[in-house]
Amino acid sequence: MANVAETVLPVGARGRNSVGWWGMLCLIATEGSLFAYLLFSYAYLAVQRGQSWLPEPHPSISLSGPNTIILLASSVAVWWGEEGVTKQKRGQHLTGLGIGILLGLVFLVVQIFEWKTKTYSLSSSSYGSLFFVITGFHMAHVVVGVVILMTVFVWSLMGYFSPRHHARVTVAGIYWHFVDAVWLCVFFTFYISPYLMG
Amino acid sequence: MTAPASADARATTTARVTADFPGPKLHKIWETEPGLRGWFSTVDHKEIGLRYIVTAFIFLLLGGVEALVMRVQLAQPGMRLLTPEQYDQLFTMHGVSMIFLYASPILSGFSNYLWPLLLGSRDMAFPRLNALSYWIYIAAGVFIYAGFVVGEGPNAGWFNYVPYAAKQFNPGVNIDVYMLGLILLGISTTVGAANFVVTFLRLRAPGMSINRVPILIWGTLTASVANLLAVPAVSLACFLLWMDRQFGTHFFDASEGQPLLWQHLFWMFGHPWVYAIVLPAMGMVSDGLPTFCRRPLVGYTPVALSTVGTMALGFGVWVHHMFATGLPSLALSFFSGASIIITLPSAVAVFAWTATIWGGKPVFKTAFLFFASMIILFVIGGVSGFMTGSVPVDWQLTDTYFVVAHIHYVLIGINLFPVVGAIYYWFPKFTGRLLSERLGVWNFWTMFIGFNMGFFPMHLLGLMGMPRRVYTYASGMGWTTTNLIVSIGSFLFAVGILLLLINVAVSLKRGKAAGENPWDAPTLEWSVPSPPPPYNFAVIPTVESRHPLWEEQLNESSARSSLTEGLLLDQGRQTIGTSPLDGEPTLILNMPGDTLAPFVLAVGMSVLFASALFQAWWFAAVGVIVIAGALMAWFWPHQAHRTPDGVEPADG
Repeated sequence: MANVAETVLPVGARGRNSVGWWGMLCLIATEGSLFAYLLFSYAYLAVQRGQSWLPEPHPSISLSGPNTIILLASSVAVWWGEEGVTKQKRGQHLTGLGIGILLGLVFLVVQIFEWKTKTYSLSSSSYGSLFFVITGFHMAHVVVGVVILMTVFVWSLMGYFSPRHHARVTVAGIYWHFVDAVWLCVFFTFYISPYLMG
Repeated sequence: MTAPASADARATTTARVTADFPGPKLHKIWETEPGLRGWFSTVDHKEIGLRYIVTAFIFLLLGGVEALVMRVQLAQPGMRLLTPEQYDQLFTMHGVSMIFLYASPILSGFSNYLWPLLLGSRDMAFPRLNALSYWIYIAAGVFIYAGFVVGEGPNAGWFNYVPYAAKQFNPGVNIDVYMLGLILLGISTTVGAANFVVTFLRLRAPGMSINRVPILIWGTLTASVANLLAVPAVSLACFLLWMDRQFGTHFFDASEGQPLLWQHLFWMFGHPWVYAIVLPAMGMVSDGLPTFCRRPLVGYTPVALSTVGTMALGFGVWVHHMFATGLPSLALSFFSGASIIITLPSAVAVFAWTATIWGGKPVFKTAFLFFASMIILFVIGGVSGFMTGSVPVDWQLTDTYFVVAHIHYVLIGINLFPVVGAIYYWFPKFTGRLLSERLGVWNFWTMFIGFNMGFFPMHLLGLMGMPRRVYTYASGMGWTTTNLIVSIGSFLFAVGILLLLINVAVSLKRGKAAGENPWDAPTLEWSVPSPPPPYNFAVIPTVESRHPLWEEQLNESSARSSLTEGLLLDQGRQTIGTSPLDGEPTLILNMPGDTLAPFVLAVGMSVLFASALFQAWWFAAVGVIVIAGALMAWFWPHQAHRTPDGVEPADG
């Protein structure tokens, strides 16, 4: 029999022992599917339209490569910042989040710069449509992620989090890691796969 | 309602329920305030569930009237009641209403109402998300119907193939209304699905391990997981088509993109969706039928596994909607094989229900008639689906009335018949009154005869070559008599639905009092008063078997569920959080109270989508600000947890 009497149980959300954590995993599952369908559309049109469909020269990694490293570094910073709140190291917590936000913003600026260098546009070809819609979707997720991290940062300044009560930090963190993981798929699709196709 | 700051962890206490303990105290904590503000801010899953059911039924009636108008037009050859353009909008709106605005939301309604009661919980995992899901649903429904009312409704069929739906061939705003409306509806479906998944994982009563949940839970859970994974495909397809139409992108045009991409994305969603709108209804039958057979369901485990298995296979059959599009034969063979194999898990449920009736002592109540007749309709719809799963047969029958017959046997047979059965079964729980059985029997036979008379001959029309979606036909085709029979049958079927409405209206006022458990049913929802109090359970039950209310009769083991003694949880709006598999208590959950945030958020989103339709971007900014404000109010942390000096309060 499930033992229900006289057990000491935590009250309210507690990190991963919270409904919010599971709710975020559901959001990630559905958002992950969205990107899977986006990348499917790319792969499908690439196969349907053949080799000549890709732009020449193939997209360069000179900007997007370093930008990928910037985004991954921001994930590490956010993870380190979350460690800070569990260990009650306020300085580490705020610094980690702050660096994460900053690197996210740098990523956005570099992306916009990269957009401006393109010779094709949203409406010039189906490749262009896919490039701008898929990277645009990802950028929108980065914007939302940065806004969420900023909100958590402000709440943290106001003293809402403690080693036991910081479910929002955990949940915001996993969303940010997801946004970064999605970028790896987008990066591989647009910047690496053309070279593998010959 | 918040717990005091010191209540950070607590030893649980149990109590025994008496007439005035702890009910009155919980009532104060959980009740929704009366009046308009309470109406817009309630997060009570029962209230939201009933609204879902009523709203979905209204869309069913609208879709039904659209169908009847079409059946008048088709009753005789060469009729001129409708122009071809009007007919296009009518058959499209009929499909959209039934498939998107009725079939799924009605099941969400039942599940919203029933889940916490079946699981022994006081609410869903995310009560505010539940309210949001409803408000967005109704906004999306109004959005799409607003287009239709001003003569700009969707008109390229519910699956909206390009190039019919491309700007070049369909320049009006019709398709844009549909695309944006469907994206909005997709958000509603998605947040609702997430709510069911997390409720299943964390809000079951102590002791309710996953092999003890009712089959309805398995059905809705499976549908919800599928929705999380499948809905993005159609939302994306809609978004891309809207981009093609408004911003000159090239996803679906033949010169630069690929029109078939639409069909792939749509059916990658569409086929799992078909299962999402039948599996919860099959769950209702699996739970309701045994009550009237006076025995447990035969084969609980195979039925639960086949529910999940059907959906897993359901993700691999979408191309059977595209057999006639000139795909390579290897792809056709694979998807044909998968479509035929999927009949196996479906058959498991059919055999389990048949064996349950065979091995039971059936009580022929109206609900039983609807549940049992569904088995026959399911088999007919299954066989016609099996037929069209075969490529050569499909080449002959695709785009004929045979497919129309198939989809109606599947959707009316496996969705509407169980739903009407479920209304007869659970109406007493919702309202405290029984529906009239005398009127119920008339209701059933009118619907059953009308349905078969209206839809079975469509198989023949299809075999005779009558194409679907034609607004009229010539008199020499040999289809005249059959079409007349179909039209008469459809009106008879509509009379059956009317009898249901009359029964509901009459019984609401004059129905016999139901009491807690009028059917002597086995599951937890029948252990609470009808209608249930706002807090559902005075104490949280502890569950020891699949049939907590039948343990004495069945006597499967010496263990007994505890229904009148259990966790007290009367210090604020709280319920218990349990572990995902075994249902062991791990957490006391603070549940949110009533709030206007979900309603305001839904208004903000409606503004955003309406502005997108008219490309009034300044107005869209207003929508975004409203959305941001509502989200801030929603997610703002508890004051109680604030520790500005960084020092935590001690445990209370």
